[in-house]
Amino acid sequence: MNDKNSPAKIVFSARGLTKTYQMGDVEIHALRGVDLDLHAGELVVLLGASGSGKSTLLNILGGLDTASSGDVRYQSTHLTGISDRELTRFRRQHVGFVFQFYNLIPSLTARENVAIVTEIADNPMTPEEALELVGLGSRLDHFPAQLSGGEQQRVAIARAIAKRPAVLMCDEPTGALDSKTGVRVLEVIQKINQELGTTTAVITHNEVIGDMADRVIRLSDGQVASIHHNQQRKSPQELSW
Amino acid sequence: MVVSALHRKLWRECRQMAGQLLAIALVIAAGVMVLVISVSTRQSILLSQHEFYQQNHFADVFAEVTRAPNDLLPSIAALPGVNITESRIRAGARFQLEHFPDPIQGEILSLPDYAPELLNRLHFLAGGPPTPGAGHEIVVSAPFAEAHGLNVGDTVTAILNGRMQPLSISGVALSPEFIYQLGPGSIMPDYERFGVFWMSRQALAAAFDMDGAFNSVSLSLQVNADHQHIIAELDHRLGRYGSRGAYTRDDHLSHRFISEELAQLRVMAIVLPTIFIGVAAFLLNVLLTRIIQTQKQSIALLKAFGYGRWYIITHYLQMTAMVLLAGLIAGVLLGVVVAEPLAQLYAIYFRFPEFRFALQLESLVVAILFTALAGVLATFRAASNAAKMAPAEAMRPPSPARYQRTFLDHPRIVNWWQQPTRIMLRNLRRHPFRSIISVLGIALSGGLLLLGSYQFNAIDHMLIQQYRHHHLMDLELTFAEPRPLRSVSTLKAIPGITYVEGFRQVPVSLQHNRKSWRLLLLGLPESSELRRISQSPAQLPADGVAISQYLAADLELEAGDRIELTLLIGRQQQFSLPIVQIVEEPMGLGLYMHKDALNRLLMEQDTLSGAWVLYDKSQAEQVFNALHQLPYVASIGQISRAEADIRFYIDSTMLGIMTVMFLLAGSMTFAVIYNNARIMFAERQRELASLRVLGFHKIEVAKILLGELALLIALAIPVGWAIGVSFAWLLTQALSMDLFRIPFVLSSQSFALSALGVCLAAAFSMLLMLRKIWRLDMIQALKTE
Repeated sequence: MNDKNSPAKIVFSARGLTKTYQMGDVEIHALRGVDLDLHAGELVVLLGASGSGKSTLLNILGGLDTASSGDVRYQSTHLTGISDRELTRFRRQHVGFVFQFYNLIPSLTARENVAIVTEIADNPMTPEEALELVGLGSRLDHFPAQLSGGEQQRVAIARAIAKRPAVLMCDEPTGALDSKTGVRVLEVIQKINQELGTTTAVITHNEVIGDMADRVIRLSDGQVASIHHNQQRKSPQELSW
Repeated sequence: MVVSALHRKLWRECRQMAGQLLAIALVIAAGVMVLVISVSTRQSILLSQHEFYQQNHFADVFAEVTRAPNDLLPSIAALPGVNITESRIRAGARFQLEHFPDPIQGEILSLPDYAPELLNRLHFLAGGPPTPGAGHEIVVSAPFAEAHGLNVGDTVTAILNGRMQPLSISGVALSPEFIYQLGPGSIMPDYERFGVFWMSRQALAAAFDMDGAFNSVSLSLQVNADHQHIIAELDHRLGRYGSRGAYTRDDHLSHRFISEELAQLRVMAIVLPTIFIGVAAFLLNVLLTRIIQTQKQSIALLKAFGYGRWYIITHYLQMTAMVLLAGLIAGVLLGVVVAEPLAQLYAIYFRFPEFRFALQLESLVVAILFTALAGVLATFRAASNAAKMAPAEAMRPPSPARYQRTFLDHPRIVNWWQQPTRIMLRNLRRHPFRSIISVLGIALSGGLLLLGSYQFNAIDHMLIQQYRHHHLMDLELTFAEPRPLRSVSTLKAIPGITYVEGFRQVPVSLQHNRKSWRLLLLGLPESSELRRISQSPAQLPADGVAISQYLAADLELEAGDRIELTLLIGRQQQFSLPIVQIVEEPMGLGLYMHKDALNRLLMEQDTLSGAWVLYDKSQAEQVFNALHQLPYVASIGQISRAEADIRFYIDSTMLGIMTVMFLLAGSMTFAVIYNNARIMFAERQRELASLRVLGFHKIEVAKILLGELALLIALAIPVGWAIGVSFAWLLTQALSMDLFRIPFVLSSQSFALSALGVCLAAAFSMLLMLRKIWRLDMIQALKTE
């Protein structure tokens, strides 16, 4: 479903995306022909029940997975049919990921977890700047085991944005957190989106979070079911669940 | 059925981890194999030896004299504790065979004429003893007969005390005295050029002028006899007949070689299996700890259903049992396969009437008990904690692993390292026990490899010392009687002989600090070219003796000390002589002095006991023919042959032994590294997947994991060298004896080989790991908590 109303530059564009994979003896159709554009600087929330294909879509857009058919373009680059090496380089330069379970390296401190990305990026901010941005300037030298869940997730966000990515992909970023901590994490995501202008896609099955987005895209059964524009974005503090 | 469902779970898990379980089973198999081989071989030798000794009445005490009257025997037989006494004549002789140009040395012993021998009875493989009174018949030792294809009825020519005599073979036999059949002065059997022979006492007495006399006596003792007392009594009684000292089985040449071999097999049976099964137990423990960690929730579930603690431990014990069983079966099978050719090798060097290799039940029982114990300990340690845990506790997800900073985080150097290096070091630091044992396991295999190649290097070095630095002659001739100096000119006149040096040699006894040694004192010519006691043809001082380091150490003597020396010929004079030089020699017990000085002690004009010869190899046949014609040449020893013999033996066994060593050490290194890698991979899949998501290339991720392994290996290699050097030193000490000393020399090749072996096995397991990393599914790894 093409979105014709947006004035901003298109960062991602997907056409006719399908994805099927084998799970044991069953063939699963995770995506059944998705058309979608993401615009520069917008915050999009992808809503859907589990199994609706939202994670698969995000993974394909972020270069973690490849589509079975269809076409994905990042700016002028085609992501379909490129090699694993090129996909890796794409992730390395342009995409930041945040996951439900943080996925920090347990043997590295907060600062080092960010540094592991800045060491290989082209034009990164310093780890200290990134952690300051997520409000963890005072917890630089703590190991993951010494941080709360919310703090760990903020380190993960700092790590994702330190390379100044064009797009930030968040897969259930609040899924493992209580609502108060979750709101704190969403605030950080919104701040990044507004201050750095990073195109942001957030996956969730929590309807409430949709209120902070520019657009809410609903997926169901591997297809885009609806797209909704919020006239007024709510701030995360106004959300509760 | 719940039980069968659990069994199915077990079976599926085993199939999933087949690679790791097999690697552990392989290490167990290696240990069990060594255990089976060494215990079975040792028992087989021990039993064959025991049986042969018993059935053929191997004597307990032996003594050699120059010539003693037969009348002396009753007084020896009457000594308290003596069971049977038997005298005989024993002499060196030369032999000739048609179509075999090389000189043959022989030891010839008498057989009683009209009754079977009482002690050291022969075991006839063909024919029988000489017909009573038949002086022209001879019994030949089986290995010699086999080497030359001789049979009953064939003829050999003997030169007995200078007289040439054709003899007809009446029998082919084995003797309990010559299970390991060794010529004088050698350490390797040469069945073609040395043989043992037996003939009628009457005939031998006639040939060697021993009518009414003997020069060798054997005794069997009663069970509770006082060996020391009997030896002292014998020495006392035989002293004036030129006794070189009575000795027990412990000093009997053949018996000693067998005992050494048995002792080595014993060490092998204890040390190697302990190492291998110990390492396997450690690997099992690490693996099971990991499995149980990931299955904590299932365990909690089972406990919640009402399964008891023992039930859960038993469940994991079953997995261990499968690995143990696989290792045991493979080890026993391998043992049986390898033991057969090994037994063949033993059968070449140890000649028993019957040497049948049989798998010893004892070794199986030990192997089963030992591996079972190790396996149960390993499992129990891993399983009992999980089984103890309250169900609710186990259901909770694990908190992130705790890490600590390392020395890399020291402020001065903190900026030198990138994050991947930090990840590697902090992980090793987090599992210090696992890291240390892994390093030790790899190092042990490196040590084994070093030890394996050290043996061959050291023997090579010993041979070079002995045959390139000390014994430079082609031939050593000994004369039946001392000869005048002009014999040298006769020898020099033989076409093909290029150089001759004469020497004088007499039996002596050395006394110092209540210890005594009986050996040969060698009188060397002035600046000998062919027999050097040091690296250069140094001048021996006109007076005083040079003594080998081993002897000096045993007698606690130093250069400058005086030594009491008794000549064991003639009037048995005693002298006190200064030690002027200590000599480093790898073989034998050397005691040297200037030939002229020795002749003065003996109050003789220039006389010679023998000569050393260099000859033109292209004229070998003429030289040997000419020497065969000289009746006074009692023996012709081919010194340059000895080196070739030993080298042949080494070349024929080295490849086999090094292959086994490589397989043993390689299997261990492989198993340790592979298991480590697999567990690291399993524990850190998420972390590696995260790095891939962050934009790390596969190879960059692989570097972190393989870097950790490489660090372990880099640490293990020098530790392995240290272990190998220690093993080598211990071996050198254990094998230091009067016959030969293996020098403690290590070549750079040994170190390189050890490192190379470890690196090869490591590279193989790393390749398998690389495949896993290449196939890592990022999304799947990140989904799981």
